[in-house]
Amino acid sequence: MDTAAYLLHRLHFGFTITFHYLFPQLTMGLAPLIVVLQAIAVRRKDALYAEAARFWAKVFGINFVLGVVTGIPMEFQFGTNWSRFSRLTGGVIGQPLVMEGVFSFFLESAFLGLFLFGEKRLGPRLHLLSGVAVCIGSWLSGYFIIAANAWMQHPVAYARLPDGSFQVTSFLGVLLNPWAIVQYAHTMSGAVVTGAFVMAAVGAFYLLSGSHREHAAAFVRLGVIAGLIASILQIFPTGDLHGRSLARHQPVTTAAMEGLFKTEVGAPLVLMGQPDPEKGTIENPIVVNDVLSYLIYGTTRAEVKGLDAYPREDWPDNIPLLYFAYHIMAGLGTLFVALMVACAFLLFRRRLFQTRAALWALMLAFPFPYIANTAGWLTAELGRQPWLVYGLLRTKDGYSNLVSSGSTWFTLLGYMGMYTVLGISFVLLVQRVILEGPSPLRSSHAAAAAGSG
Amino acid sequence: MQTVWYVLVAFMLTAYVVLDGFDLGAGAVHLFIARKDEERRAVLRSIGPVWDGNEVWLIAAGGTLFFAFPALYASSFSGFYLPLNMVLWLLMLRAVGIEFRAHIDSPVWRGFFDGAFSLSSALLALFFGAALGNVVRGVPLRPDGTFFEPLWTDFRVGKDNGILDWFTVLCGVLALAALMVHGSAWVAYKTEGAVQLRARRVASAMLGPLLLLAAAALFAALSLSPHLLDNYRRHWLAGALIPAAAAASFAALWFFSRRRKDRSAFLASCALLASLLAGVAFALHPRVLPASTSDAYSLTIYNAASGDYSLRYGVYWWSAGMLIAIGYFVLVYRMFRGKVRLDSDGHGY
Repeated sequence: MDTAAYLLHRLHFGFTITFHYLFPQLTMGLAPLIVVLQAIAVRRKDALYAEAARFWAKVFGINFVLGVVTGIPMEFQFGTNWSRFSRLTGGVIGQPLVMEGVFSFFLESAFLGLFLFGEKRLGPRLHLLSGVAVCIGSWLSGYFIIAANAWMQHPVAYARLPDGSFQVTSFLGVLLNPWAIVQYAHTMSGAVVTGAFVMAAVGAFYLLSGSHREHAAAFVRLGVIAGLIASILQIFPTGDLHGRSLARHQPVTTAAMEGLFKTEVGAPLVLMGQPDPEKGTIENPIVVNDVLSYLIYGTTRAEVKGLDAYPREDWPDNIPLLYFAYHIMAGLGTLFVALMVACAFLLFRRRLFQTRAALWALMLAFPFPYIANTAGWLTAELGRQPWLVYGLLRTKDGYSNLVSSGSTWFTLLGYMGMYTVLGISFVLLVQRVILEGPSPLRSSHAAAAAGSG
Repeated sequence: MQTVWYVLVAFMLTAYVVLDGFDLGAGAVHLFIARKDEERRAVLRSIGPVWDGNEVWLIAAGGTLFFAFPALYASSFSGFYLPLNMVLWLLMLRAVGIEFRAHIDSPVWRGFFDGAFSLSSALLALFFGAALGNVVRGVPLRPDGTFFEPLWTDFRVGKDNGILDWFTVLCGVLALAALMVHGSAWVAYKTEGAVQLRARRVASAMLGPLLLLAAAALFAALSLSPHLLDNYRRHWLAGALIPAAAAASFAALWFFSRRRKDRSAFLASCALLASLLAGVAFALHPRVLPASTSDAYSLTIYNAASGDYSLRYGVYWWSAGMLIAIGYFVLVYRMFRGKVRLDSDGHGY
């Protein structure tokens, strides 16, 4: 095996998927929040909420474009960079991927046009419906991708042919993989955390700078309520369930990400410290005894298998990065709950909009859900190593061995350059939309609402 | 069952070329037929609500290929590694060209994205034509069904093919010409005034070169691989109908563009593209990727397909999904039917 080429293909996929997922998480997180704004606008015939929905639709539109353009390479990269994997698993993985195209991309793209351009032609009610359709499309799309990934994490409903290729034996089995359901719930609540934090941050920014006060209050209110619900769901039940099913089906991954080198009865939870895989120790550890056993098995005296219980060739190949990704995700997830509980309390006591410290915290918090979601995916993907299909197909047997490392470097650098340009344009455009703020089209809107009502 | 999926994939690719073809073509002629800002906005507005949905056909076709013919997907996507990635970059550039242009009102910003949109549209048309040329000509498949082609070697058609040689470049230029006609016909149909007049002029002027290029490509293809005629000899009825349909739609395109019946000319152009692609698909069957090394190594619908269970059940959910998708398309095109208006509804363009 050509190690350099192998690592390069992994870097290629990792880089492009990480950049890509910055956008869909906001798409999926923002979509239901915009629908809520639209629904309030229609229900109360309130122009303020219609303007708020329009404002977020602008951000959504720009973000959506980036999600689409960075997503197209993903659909093709299985073939370009992972051809041996594609040849063997296309019969299974291909199914959710086509379903994504056929059931959700068509829905999304058709109604996005109506959602962004058809407000006047459709009238408020049908326009709300187009928003709902876009939201459903993006959430369905998420499910199909998760179903594909879940099959790689926990293969079900397949048979192997003599040539080593995988074939589906139950069409519903792949779609209703129990792993997929838990992973989906966890991923989607993570996306809503991003959407809610971004919305609250923009509201907090306006309140702190003393502009668009009415809209800003609506943004912060909705952001904090959605953020509170989603960040709690993120830990319990979705994170908890996901962690337990991981411990059952991929115990070596659990051991690696928790930094548990030795099998122990009453295993400790490592809160901080730097793992040293060579010596099998944690440097500068801060641990809480027995807690890991309790979290996994519900009793402090349970035995948790450490990395020493498994052959070294089955260990995830980058234990420190996996360990940190997991700890960053879990640590940030805990902080999100703390921040949102505090803000929701202030909101409930009607003091949030006057508490500048809380508004500053909300404004500065928005990058962290992006970091947490990225770290979560790093945990899932590094944790699955050294396998592409867990227990069945190793990563080193999946990459395109006829594509030279020169070609791979060429395209990797190309994507890096392209994504730099895209990223800068995105920031430039979104900051303009935010600085401009929700546009006061209230008079024309009220007239339209009155006309249709 | 494999043939059913071959037809379905061919259908999706044809739908992609017919639908995204007009917005690619509109992009390729954008700089010539629309000069002032409001003219360019009119062109963009004519494709704005639909281009993304049109492009989904490519993604869905890619996914369908992955699902139904994994060996073909794996072999061709890795074998065409460099050009495929370039196509992806061009698709990105084009998408941001369309979508980001309107956000900042500055001649420099807009000029840049107009250029990006137009150049990437034209290059995409060229690349897609060259890709089809590669499939027609065949690629150097090894016994295990894999290959890797460099972007170019010496531009000759022979043993050590590059992706670009004189034949595939000819196919690329043909595709560019066909889509320029197609896109101009669309713009003429959707706009009014100076843009419409220029679009009509481009469409009529390109018809002659299009016919010449098509004839040259056909002649070259048949002299390079005479076996392309096998299916036409075997099934004389279909073999006669497809070329007849192509000739009839070309005649109709000629006739309607002379008569300034923009809508009919555009529909004739759709029919022309569809019948040309059907002709290629009919000639290739059952091969999906012919080998230039030895025909025994060719990828066919039989040795590249998924298992029976997947294919059998796939037909049900795939058809259900596609019927719904076609419903969306009818809805969206009806919503945005008629000439584009430059009012202030919605954002952008």
